[in-house]
Amino acid sequence: MKKILLVIQREYLVRVRKKSFLYTTILIPLVIMGFYAAIFAIGISGGSHEKNKIAVLDEAGLFTPAIENAKGDESTYVIITGQSLESLKGTYKSKGYDYILYIPPVDVTKDTKHIQLFSSSPLNVNQKSKVERTIDNAIENKRLQSANISREQYRSIQSDVSIENPVLNGKEEKKNVAFVAQGVSFICGLLIYIVMLIYGTMVMRGVMEEKISRIAEVMVSSVKPFQLMMGKIIGIGAVGLTQFTIWIALIATLRYALHIPGLDTAMMQQPDKVQGGALTAIISGGLGNLPWGLIISCFIFYFLGGYLLYASLFAAIGSVVSEDQSEAQQFVFPVMMPIILGFVIMTKAMADPNSPLVVFGSLFPLTSPVVMMGRIMYNVPVTQIIASMLLLVLGILFFTWLTAKIYRTGILMYGKKVTWKEMIRWAFRKS
Amino acid sequence: MNRLDVKHLKKYYTSQKAVDDISFSLAPGSIFGLLGPNGAGKTTLIRMITGILFPDEGDIIFDGQSFNPDRDNAFIGYMPEEKGLYKKMKIGDQAIYLAQLKGLSKATAMERVKHWFIKFEMQSWWNKKVEDLSKGMQQKLQFVTTVLNDPKLIILDEPFSGLDPVNSNLIKEEIYALAQKGASIIFSTHRMEQVEEICDHIILVNKGQKILDGTVSGVKQQFKENIFSIGLDAYPPVTDAPFDIINQNNHQQILKIKEGFRSNDVLQYYLQKQVGINSFQEILPSLNDIFIKLVHGTPLARQFETVTA
Repeated sequence: MKKILLVIQREYLVRVRKKSFLYTTILIPLVIMGFYAAIFAIGISGGSHEKNKIAVLDEAGLFTPAIENAKGDESTYVIITGQSLESLKGTYKSKGYDYILYIPPVDVTKDTKHIQLFSSSPLNVNQKSKVERTIDNAIENKRLQSANISREQYRSIQSDVSIENPVLNGKEEKKNVAFVAQGVSFICGLLIYIVMLIYGTMVMRGVMEEKISRIAEVMVSSVKPFQLMMGKIIGIGAVGLTQFTIWIALIATLRYALHIPGLDTAMMQQPDKVQGGALTAIISGGLGNLPWGLIISCFIFYFLGGYLLYASLFAAIGSVVSEDQSEAQQFVFPVMMPIILGFVIMTKAMADPNSPLVVFGSLFPLTSPVVMMGRIMYNVPVTQIIASMLLLVLGILFFTWLTAKIYRTGILMYGKKVTWKEMIRWAFRKS
Repeated sequence: MNRLDVKHLKKYYTSQKAVDDISFSLAPGSIFGLLGPNGAGKTTLIRMITGILFPDEGDIIFDGQSFNPDRDNAFIGYMPEEKGLYKKMKIGDQAIYLAQLKGLSKATAMERVKHWFIKFEMQSWWNKKVEDLSKGMQQKLQFVTTVLNDPKLIILDEPFSGLDPVNSNLIKEEIYALAQKGASIIFSTHRMEQVEEICDHIILVNKGQKILDGTVSGVKQQFKENIFSIGLDAYPPVTDAPFDIINQNNHQQILKIKEGFRSNDVLQYYLQKQVGINSFQEILPSLNDIFIKLVHGTPLARQFETVTA
């Protein structure tokens, strides 16, 4: 027991003291914050910098008496008269125009196919849609005129519904849960998925390092291979927890310091429908209504469980590959598969949390850490949660037992290519 | 009481009898040569003695008790043929870590490491990393980490590979000193001249079996071929002698005594011929010769076989 603590301590300290640990731990939250500050900034500015000057050659009289810019379109439209399209094409640049908008002499309320916007380089979608909205408005006005309907009447006819989804769970109505729940579920599942991949491969690399540097043989003459393996897994797990704690603390401080609302706010912002402030209110309301006790305890459980399960598999992989790094790929792929599969099932759980596939995925130990987090918000029956947790614990015990045997043999094998058949034989050999 | 008794040890793999019924004993303070061609089963044998592998059959008795890796690891130092250390770890930390894993307290470990580092003039290495060291320096460090726990049994597999003569001597002296203090040393190498120089006892294994066991001088006696060198004033033509001449130059004659004669007969022969005799000495076979003789005829690489047991 004392020896396993020594191994854990070494594995932990060696990694935490590395400069790269410092860099990734500090830089990653900064990158994330920077990234989403950028998204937010773009969202707020809404393309206000795109003030283009557009020469309009209106041969259909669409814009008579005047051009009315659509909401959000800040381009300047100048009606050009007495000039042909061909001559305009040659001179618009020198006269300071960015584009030419050409309305052909047809009834554009019936035939809009030949309207063209000329530019020296392809327009971005955003800019194009703004011009299109301005034209749409003009065409709509013409059509309303000919049908004798006023704009106000037209607005009162239009409908734009955004329905609310209060959740009835017997006690009280919980508003705005579904939308926020989805976001939180997805983020939890994604985090566990990332943890299993990043720290799992870190365990694999650690084992490979021990094998390639040939220290494994010295080590196992002092400690049992199982102690060495578990020491590494737990040590790296502790590194992961440390890193996560620092990230959460850093992000919280940065958010507080910079007054940037949640990432989900920026991602889901739809400025046309909901004001930023209102959306933030919905999210914070939704967040307040989530079953946080359940979420946090499940997250910690599946976070650790998922890591432990996959770390032992990755450790076994690390022990069987020799110097040839590329050899690792053929072994890594089958281990990655269920992780990726779990992620795919989780995205399905967002839409249909009680379908048979999702239920299976949330019980099967190799996928349950990711999938269960994806459906935890949707009133999963307690029996299923308990069964899933129990199966995960059994899965960890089974795979650790199995992989420890592979590890024990593999770590002392030099210069020999190990096949799947051999690995399976080692795993099930009586010791 | 012996330091180590190995009794009828067996380890079979699916394609090979790696160790097939090997027994030997090791006295305290003795330096024991474990010899054998590549693939003879030496590494498997060593791994069983260090507790890395479990024998299929047989017993290992360590200091009079049945060998228990968990308990006895603390008294064993093992330097494998494939040497290795954590490349990115600081050398001082690493030595202390390895000593702690052998059961030493941190304070004792620190004290021992400092002692050895001063002895081997390695103090300036403390904060360096292993990857900064040359191969020979790494070897020296590896030796130090092997003996930090003051082991009763030290197993050294090719300890001199990559070392210059000065450092080889340094380590050789330490091996003698440790044996003097009562440690038993198992020394595995392919360098026969080193075995002759260092070991007092050897066993030779081939194809998983022990084919020779004895003291170095005893083995040499066992394999002597009655070959002598004789230095004479003059070398008259030899006829009807009790020996055959193998080789001759102006200084000496190498001869092999014929069946049924003794060394005295050689001297008598030359005395009768009235030739002045300056020197007369038996030439014993070198371990190298014995090794080649015993292993000769076995295929260079061990063949895989089907094991039914």
